[in-house]
Formats: sequence, structure tokens, C-alpha cells
Amino acid sequence: MTTDTTDREPVLSVDRLAVDFQISGAWTPAVKDVSFSVDRGEVVALVGESGSGKSVTSLSVLGLLGQNARTRGAISFGGVELLGLGGEELRALRGKRIAMIFQEPMTALNPVYTVGRQIIEAIRCHERVTKDQARARALELLRKVGIPEPERRIDSYPHQLSGGQRQRAMIAMAVSGSPEVLIADEPTTALDVTVQAEILELLRSLRKDLGLAVVIITHDMGVVADIADRVIVMRQGEVVEQAPVRRLFADPQHPYTRKLLAAVPRRNAPGRAGEPTEQEDTHAGEVLRVTDLDVEYPGGLGRKSFKAVHGVNLTVDRGRILGLVGESGSGKSTIGRAIVGLVRATAGSVEISGRDVTHLKGKELRAFRRRYSMVFQDPGSSLNPRLSIGDSIAAPMVINRQADRSAVRGRVRTLLEQVELPTGWADRFPHELSGGQRQRIGIARALALEPELLIADEPTSALDVSVQATVLRLLQELQERLGFSCLFISHDLGVVQSLAHEVAVLQHGRLVERGPATDVLTRPRSDYTRRLVAAAPVPDPDEQAERRSAWRAMAV
Amino acid sequence: MTRFLLQRLGQAVAQLLIVGSIVFFLVRLIPGDPARAALGETATEEQVAQTREAMHLNDSFASQFFGFWGRLFQGDLGTSLVSGREVMQDLPSRLGNSLELVLVSLALALLIGVLLGRIAATRADRPADHALVAGSILGISLPVFVVGALLLMVFAILYPILPPQRFTSPLEDPLTHLQTLVLPVVTLTAASCAVITRMTRSAMLETLTADYVRTARSKGLVESKVVNRHALRTAMVPVVSTATVELTTLIGSTVLVETIFGWPGVSSLLMDAVGQRDYPVIQAVVLSVATIVILVNLIGDLVVRFLDPRTEES
Repeated sequence: MTTDTTDREPVLSVDRLAVDFQISGAWTPAVKDVSFSVDRGEVVALVGESGSGKSVTSLSVLGLLGQNARTRGAISFGGVELLGLGGEELRALRGKRIAMIFQEPMTALNPVYTVGRQIIEAIRCHERVTKDQARARALELLRKVGIPEPERRIDSYPHQLSGGQRQRAMIAMAVSGSPEVLIADEPTTALDVTVQAEILELLRSLRKDLGLAVVIITHDMGVVADIADRVIVMRQGEVVEQAPVRRLFADPQHPYTRKLLAAVPRRNAPGRAGEPTEQEDTHAGEVLRVTDLDVEYPGGLGRKSFKAVHGVNLTVDRGRILGLVGESGSGKSTIGRAIVGLVRATAGSVEISGRDVTHLKGKELRAFRRRYSMVFQDPGSSLNPRLSIGDSIAAPMVINRQADRSAVRGRVRTLLEQVELPTGWADRFPHELSGGQRQRIGIARALALEPELLIADEPTSALDVSVQATVLRLLQELQERLGFSCLFISHDLGVVQSLAHEVAVLQHGRLVERGPATDVLTRPRSDYTRRLVAAAPVPDPDEQAERRSAWRAMAV
Repeated sequence: MTRFLLQRLGQAVAQLLIVGSIVFFLVRLIPGDPARAALGETATEEQVAQTREAMHLNDSFASQFFGFWGRLFQGDLGTSLVSGREVMQDLPSRLGNSLELVLVSLALALLIGVLLGRIAATRADRPADHALVAGSILGISLPVFVVGALLLMVFAILYPILPPQRFTSPLEDPLTHLQTLVLPVVTLTAASCAVITRMTRSAMLETLTADYVRTARSKGLVESKVVNRHALRTAMVPVVSTATVELTTLIGSTVLVETIFGWPGVSSLLMDAVGQRDYPVIQAVVLSVATIVILVNLIGDLVVRFLDPRTEES
């Protein structure tokens, strides 16, 4: 693999980097043979799915791998070899000439110190300045990264800031030493799309103002299209392709890159909104009707309660999928949980197949509950690790005393077949399965009692994009075949568009818009939906550039 | 902050009222006549009648209850049935002696335990760590009476470096007092120190792999500051909580330590009182020890709150 030959000098170059980790005595390779370089003022994206070695590569630049790691190859920065550099010399570079920001600003900032103190600490470990001088600089930095009321925010603890503000504070800290290279490891993955757009905009302006070279690590092709100049695609510790961003999207060379791009749910895909239902005429009516739903989380002693859902009305017709979209804290998960009875509705009603389930209790509730089920976000923690997957799938049937043992075994086999897993896997345990396979088990378990209504709460957001694509396809096929209705909760507009017939958009616990999926997502009527749609990046550099200016115009 | 303080103070007062009431009922729950129980089979009717009067057992129940609280608020803890002295004459100095043991031990345990825990965590899975873990298991497993008796035998009898069993008031002879303090304090510190070492080690093993420690390294902080300011400081939250629990264990252990080393503290006062069924003294000791435990928990909560600003909102 050759890099583009330009006359610009690279500021950072990685040459045949290999990283092994010692895991229970044996050396396991994480990065095998990675070479790339980053020019001054350039944004290079390292792209790949989990386990591709992109984070490990970035951490090895600053020597931040644990003690159980060994590295080979070379990483040179401004003529200095970084691998094997001594403690003090490396320390002088860290934060001063090469800085990093991380994925989750809540955990990347120390929770027991104010953000101001942490920025001041960063300044003072490279420069001999007084506390007051450093504080003044910190204030200036916070202002520069666009934190409102920096005079007040400088004395806030991380948990007192919003996710976006935390990441801005993190960025302020990273650029405090005016570094030449900024390594951003999934900087927007934990953030909502509207906040993501703002953070990417900030990175873009910092790069322009400070002449920063940025290495951005991401799995999101939309983010790549939005910000990168050049893209390096990694897979299983190796670089499979590197190309300028336009060329990569227009003419991907490696089959893996093609697969990765194909797996991204596209917003301009035809969608299913126009699709007629088979029983269009029979239209057996609504499977789910949510009326004026309020959900309030009670406060502690003497504290105010928090109202997560305000008077929401929803319906899902038989055999249809309703996508429930919103950002974090919009109440979308709470609605899902209120429907299945995991949280109590404070007011309003939830009718499933015409029956109000909010006041069902005991035996009645148990008898009725088999008609609806839920698929959870994280398949790793929603499966009991001590139950074989066969037992997990059988659990709903056993609890409802549905059938005798042999019938249950037969049904488990059928369900495994339906979710396209080998029927012989019933005796395996969750830890033997990959994330995508586990989520298939979650789906099989939810379908065990042939529910009329399936609530899927972000079922694919913990999965890699290629795995997500297969799980979504499976869910869609099963829905078509079995004809259940589905409330599909997601923050990803692309996913919702590819799957849902109708879409409902939530903001701060209130419904702002609903209608056929294509209408809502291509011709949004409310301001909020319009902003949401504009902020979500699409995997196409040119289209994304247009959308970005549209988004900017909207933000002004 | 003020609101939290008021809330916690309110809780502490409620706890005290509950403990006080339990103590009040404790004596009255004894089957038969508590005065008779206190004096034993051989006492004359006259003596019993006198004692009943002294214990206010002849008053109506309500006046007994409110009288008990009324006297308590005036600092009147009653009169010993055995010595005839007012409990308040002996209790403060006894309490002081015990608190000296407990607080000095806890301070030492915290100091040494945190230090050793930090060493173990930063050298995880290396010889120093293994030695410290083994040592702390030993420290936790050895009962106080074994450690105390061993120390006494070795350092006071076989190699008489330190004075055995002769308590000297610090006002009389400060130096000898310090010498007599050594063995009981070492005995008490050993176990607590082991607990705190383990807690610090495990808390730090977690914080050392935390994202914010990686951030601290990535900004170029010197390693010692990374460890002390970021990993150790955040690890202190569970350690302080453990220390407050450890203090109650220490108070319990003084019962044995004071007996072994002839230390005139509140525990030996309690032991004697229990043996002689001296109810006013038992009541007074239980109440005062409970007050101390409640106060220490209050202080512990305040320290945790100071250490971890997140507790403010949750």
C-alpha cells in the first residue's frame, strides 16, 4: 500500500507499526502492520469496526498503551522517533505538541475536579505560569471552544455540564498547549447528532485557526464524509485501503471498504413508508394506542420529580413498524418501558390490542403480557450469562407454562432457525457469541411467544455497522413473515428510514411530529425535525458539504 | 450544602432519639423487677425499695420516660448502683482514654494503609504487591486477642522494652503514657490497617485504569501526579467510607484490648458494669458510644461529600 506522494512534509508518520498485547501469558496481535502519515493541517480519519486496532494505533502514538503491550515499527513526529522514547521526553510532547481527546467526556474528565482545574493543570504541566495566569488562559480557551458563560462554567464539575459542553471542555484542555497534532478517538460517538455537528464544526474551525493536523478515529462513515481529507480503512489490525475522502466514497477499491459503505443505512434509500400493508383493506386496526401518556420519575426526599414524557399520543397499526426518534433524554426509551410496564405511567393509557394495560395487575397482567415483548439495547447485559442461549429463549415459554419440554425444545430450534443461527447452538452460552449473534438471541427470545407487538429499544446501536445491517435485515424479514407490529426506538435516522413505515419524533418528552417515514425525514415540518435531519451526516462528502452549509444557515 | 448538613443532622438526632429510647426500654424489658435483678437474690426488701426509688421505677411510665430524657438533657446520667458515684464523674475520663486508643489507631491505620495500598496498586501483580496482599490477609485473619497477647508476651515479658499493663495518666507522666500507648495501639492498628490497605489497593486498581487517568497522562502530567492527584484522590471515596465502618469495629475491639493491656477505658467500665448489673452505667456507656458512632458517621458522610462533588446532586 503506497501513500499519496505529495511534496508536503508529514508531521506524523507511522511506519509498519505492530502492537501485541499479553493476554494470560500469550502475545496476541492487535495491530499487525500499519503505515500512514498525516500532513500539517490535514484531517485524517482512521475508520474501522470494533477490534480493527484503530484506537490501539492512536494510543501507541503517545505511549498510552498499558504495560502489557509491546510495539514494533516506527512512529516519527517532527523527526523524533516516538516508540521507545524515554519518560520525560515523551511527557514533554504529550499534551504540548500532540494532544488527545477521547470518546466519552464524562469518564475522560476526572469527576472530582472542576473542568477549570483540569485545564489549568494541563497548562501548568508544560509552562511555568502562575495559577492566575493559567486560569485566565483557561477562561479564554473555554470561550474559544464555545462554552456559554465560561466565567461560571470554569468552576463547574464535569457532571454539571451537558455532554456537548463536556466534550468542548475536553477539547479546550487538549488545545491548551497549542499542539501540532490532535488525535480524536471517537470524539462524537457518545453525543447526539445535533451536538455532534457542533463538535465537528468546532474541530474544523480549530484546525483552520491553529493549523492543527487532526487524526480522527471513528466508525461513522457520515462523520468521515463530513470532516476528513483522507481516509485510512482498518480491519483486524491492518490497513486495507487509504485514499482521499472523495475517491474513497466514489470508488472504493477494497472489498471490505465496499462492504462497510454498503452497510451504512442510507437516508436516501427508498424507505418503506409507501409500502402498502398486506391487509390494507382489512386493516385490523391498531395494535398499540398510547393516549396522553405522562411519565414522571419521582424525586428524592424534598427534591423535585422529573417529568420525562408529556402527553404523548401514538398508534401502531397491525403489521406496521413505527420508528420513535429522538435524542438522549427525549423520553423515547421511557415510552418503550412504560408500554411494557417497566416504568409506571403517571397519567394516560396504553392500549394493546384494545386493552388498557396500565392498570392490569397480577394474573391478568401475566396472561396478557405474552402478547408483547421487548428487545433491549445491549445484548451483552440483557442475557443472563449463566443461562445457555436455549434456556434464555425458552424462558418466556417456561414462565408462561406454554408447552411441555419437548415442544419447548422444538420451538427453540425453530426460533434459532428464524434468527439464522445454527439450531445446535442452544447449549452455548452468551459469552461464546459475538454481539450481533447475541442480539439475534434477544430477538428470538422476544419472539418466543409470538407477540403481536414488539418493542425494540435501540437494538442495533451497540453493534458495528456491518453487523447492524444484517440484524436490521433479519428484523425486517421476520416482521414481514410473522406480521407482528413493532415500535422501533432509535436515535439513528438512517436506521429508522430503512426500517419504519411511520416515524414519530420526540423532543424533551413531547411529540413534535409524526407521519409516514419518508415524509417526515425528507420533508420535515417542524423546526426541530428539520435541525435533527440536517445535523445527521450522510456518507457522501459532497452531499454532506451541502447539508453542512444548510445546517449552518439553520443554526444562525 | 447547608441543606444536606441540616438533613444529615436531623437524621443524626433521630438516630440518637431511637438509641436513647432503646436504652430506656432495655432496663425495663428485664423480666421481673430490674432492681431485684440488679441487686441479686440476697438483697433485702428495703434495699430493693431504695434501688427502685433511685432508678425511678415507682413513677408512672410516662413520667419515667420523660424524666429519663429530661435528666439526659441536663447531663445527668444517673448514679452507679455499685459505687454510688455519679456516672458523669467517671465516664468522661474513661471515654477519653478509649477515644485516644481508637482515634490514634484509626489515624495510623489510614496513614499506613493508604500508603501501603498505593504501593500495592502501583506494583500490581509484582512481588511487593503479593507480599502486601499476603500481609493484609494475615492482619485481617488474626484475632485481636491473639495479636495483643503475643505482643504483650514478646515486648513486655520476653524482651521487656515496653511497660506492661501499667496505665499512667498523660498528666502525670506523658512519656510513660506514650510508652504504654504503643502496644494497644499497634494491636488495634494491625487489623484496621490491613482492611484499609486492601480497600485502597482495590479502589486504586480500578481508578488507575479509568479514562480520566489516561487523560491525565495524555496531557503530559508527571506520573507521580497522575497517580496521586487522579488515581489516589478518587480512590479515597470508598476508603473513607470503609474507615468510618472500621471505627465501629475498633470500638468493639477495645473491649478485648483494654482488658489485655489493663487500659482504663470505657469498654472495661462497661464490662464491669455488665458483670455487676449496674444499669445506670450500662445505659450511660451505650448511649455515649452510640453518640460517638453516629457523629463519626456524620463526619464520614461530610468528608465523602467533600471528596466527591457528584454526591451533591444524587
